[in-house]
Amino acid sequence: MAKLNVNGKALDVQVAEDTPLLWVIREQIGLTGTKYGCGVAQCGACTVHIDGVATRSCSVPVSAVTAEQKIVTIEGLSPDGRHPVQQAWIKHDVPQCGFCQSGMIMATVALLQANPKATEADIASEITNICRCGTYARVKTAILDVVAGGTLGRG
Amino acid sequence: MTSASTASSKTPSSKANLSRRSLLAGSVAAAGAFSFGFAIPFGSEAQAQGATPEINAWVVIHPDDKVVIRIVRSEMGQGTLTGLAQLVAEELNCDWTKVTTEYPTPGQSVARNRVWGNFSTGGSRGIRESNEYVRKGGAAARMMLIQAAANEWKVPAAECSAEKSVITHKASGRSLRYGQVAAAAAKIEAPKDVALKDPKDWTIAGKPLPRLDTVDKTNGKKIYGMDLKMPGMLNAAIKDCPVFGGKVKSFDAAAIKAMPGVRHVLPVGDSAVTVVAETWWQAKSALDALPIVWDEGEHAKVSSESIAAWLKEGLDAPVAVVGNQNGDVKAAIAAAAKTVEAVYSYPYQNHATMETMNATAVWTPDRCEVWTPTQNGEAALAATAEAAGLPIAKCEAYKIDLGGGFGRRGASQDWVRQVVAIAKQIPGTPVKLIWSREEDMTHGRYHPVTQCKMVGAFDKDNNLTGLHMRISGQSIVAGLFPQTIQNGRDPAVFQGLNAPGPEASIGYGVPNLLVDHAMRNPHVPPGFWRGVNLNQNTIYLESFMDELAHSVGKDPLEFRRGLMKNHPKHLAVLNAVAEKAGWGKPLPDGVFRGICQTMGFGSYVAAVAEVSVSPAGQLKIHRIVAATDPGHAVNPAQIERQVEGSFVYGLSASLYGEITIKDGRVEQENFDTYEVMRLEAMPAVETVIVPSGGFWGGVGEPTIAVAAPAVLNAIFAATGKRIRSLPLKNADLKKA
Repeated sequence: MAKLNVNGKALDVQVAEDTPLLWVIREQIGLTGTKYGCGVAQCGACTVHIDGVATRSCSVPVSAVTAEQKIVTIEGLSPDGRHPVQQAWIKHDVPQCGFCQSGMIMATVALLQANPKATEADIASEITNICRCGTYARVKTAILDVVAGGTLGRG
Repeated sequence: MTSASTASSKTPSSKANLSRRSLLAGSVAAAGAFSFGFAIPFGSEAQAQGATPEINAWVVIHPDDKVVIRIVRSEMGQGTLTGLAQLVAEELNCDWTKVTTEYPTPGQSVARNRVWGNFSTGGSRGIRESNEYVRKGGAAARMMLIQAAANEWKVPAAECSAEKSVITHKASGRSLRYGQVAAAAAKIEAPKDVALKDPKDWTIAGKPLPRLDTVDKTNGKKIYGMDLKMPGMLNAAIKDCPVFGGKVKSFDAAAIKAMPGVRHVLPVGDSAVTVVAETWWQAKSALDALPIVWDEGEHAKVSSESIAAWLKEGLDAPVAVVGNQNGDVKAAIAAAAKTVEAVYSYPYQNHATMETMNATAVWTPDRCEVWTPTQNGEAALAATAEAAGLPIAKCEAYKIDLGGGFGRRGASQDWVRQVVAIAKQIPGTPVKLIWSREEDMTHGRYHPVTQCKMVGAFDKDNNLTGLHMRISGQSIVAGLFPQTIQNGRDPAVFQGLNAPGPEASIGYGVPNLLVDHAMRNPHVPPGFWRGVNLNQNTIYLESFMDELAHSVGKDPLEFRRGLMKNHPKHLAVLNAVAEKAGWGKPLPDGVFRGICQTMGFGSYVAAVAEVSVSPAGQLKIHRIVAATDPGHAVNPAQIERQVEGSFVYGLSASLYGEITIKDGRVEQENFDTYEVMRLEAMPAVETVIVPSGGFWGGVGEPTIAVAAPAVLNAIFAATGKRIRSLPLKNADLKKA
């Protein structure tokens, strides 16, 4: 039994305590926007926020998360999918196959909340998610567009 | 062999007839506060019920003017869904903002005498192969809609025109929307003569329109195969024998049957074992704990070194199959004033799609259905029927958009056979098979290994008089379709090196030329890997062209131009890239250029790379300029994205990618040892699209081939070091 706070909702989940948070989110809670890509925190497809920090959920056992910690998945990022980062992704038509993009977006939001004036160098060092289609150039453009718009990080 | 079914399946067999409706699964979970419904765009249910007029196989128009365009090629990120819809919509003269798409199923295609043609999505053929018939589908539908309006007005159709889903009779000032006449149009006989627009008149095709499928990829709503949920569904994890060609000797199901959620422990064919559990994580955890004894078979001693030695022997073997030949290369080499010789090699690569292989199946004695991300719906259906032991008419395969394909999800459909083999052992229960990343990395269909020995001959005036390219190594076709190989010949091996013609032709005229192949097929299963054989063949030829140019003190661009007089399309793209890159113009201190070109998948491509190498040997790629002539450019914005992505895929392979073999098995298991490019290493890519018209080339693959040689030639310019063995990470670029 684990007590979790996911996208603002308090949940009781019946699951073995060593189950990775990723699989609890996907299989017990049923939110499949968070993806399995590697299981070893290499690719970032499973990125969620825990108290605002980008976290690779495949490598966090559910027992390591407390009921008080706020977990946010791609589904909970904004009520209507219109978070400024999501809007920038749509404007720049970033995704190709799209499988890695939930993780990309979650990593980006965490970066910009911590560092709303992220530079190209910051983006290069912080966004380490793998995209095999090769959307990196558009990811970078979209992030810089959000930075230029100044819509994140105020307050 | 032992096996155990630790719980009997009590799911009623009616589950087998899962319909689209039962997939509208509000499923699972905690709290009940979430709603997880989703719909998969299977066939047009409404149309089957007769409510919505199908104008023809390609076009359905709803009364509210919504346009549904049917697409059978698979969307895996390459944008073919949007591009093909643009081509249909262009001829249909419909309102683009009202366009949606749907996938007919392979079973529907069979039932309708393959009205949608080939489902196969590979070889960058999605648009180039089907453009004519999909455009005709759109044009015919437009003619029928116009005729329906003309009939209603009792005027000749020739007096009517259609624009943005509105038909107008100019003389009387009357107009009707497509949705108003769709039902009548559906009853009109299809026209026999259908004229297509001149591409210069395009207003939807040819434009840099946004993709149709972006929004759901930004909010978690997009459902991939891995995300499927069905009532009563179980989850399966699988382990195939780590040594290719090996078998399962035994496994101890009793050891894990008490583990949480475990329902079945089953053999899959004679080489794999699966654990089926309530959740996938339970299945994987139990499988990891399952004692399995393998019969590793005859290949258990094979290594990358033993494979390389075998291929090296082929470089000078007396027997080889000729792929392209003119003149007498042996005589030219014998008479040469100077010869240049080099040997190159290219390693195995894994496709490493972000979404690992997966499929969901349900089997009963009279029906089998599979849901899977596949590049070829018809191949998935055929694999389903074969593995199910049922006729095709009793099977169906539903395509789901792919989390990456790159060729892995095309020809073999091996994971489909697996899931059906599992489902067959638990009749009536839906089961979803997901490969772990480790399974995916170690059981791919790998980019084949080859080596290439090249000899160039010059006369006393430094004219290139002869070129011999001897390729030794693996044939993809021999691995996948061995029955098609005759006399040891696999024509695909010579991609990019063929005689002048419309596909994959060499860009140079050399008076005495010989390209031949000594086939050597290791036990590692090969597959079509984005760019296929054009990748390594272009690395070989374009690196060696650079070597030849430098050996006679010529500029690499000028040297190439001198050999391209009879190859105007290759030359035009090379010139376009050189001009955009400013070839010959000064560069910042420490930055150097490399150039290359090739032709394949119907398109002509060229690239210039600008790189620097630090004294410590650190490579930095500052800028890439890439030119492409795909004949007709259907969506320039998506072509740019394919070109950029091609550099990521191509440079990932040439900088880091390497699957090595030890004790008959793949050594790399995950992205920590099979490294790929990340954002940090992504160079700026400038794309030059120079469509010359008159032909239809692909864009998903050709550019991959020029990624590596442009960079390798620039590295030579920067360091004087010629990299002949990939990946680059194994090379020492430190200043000597």
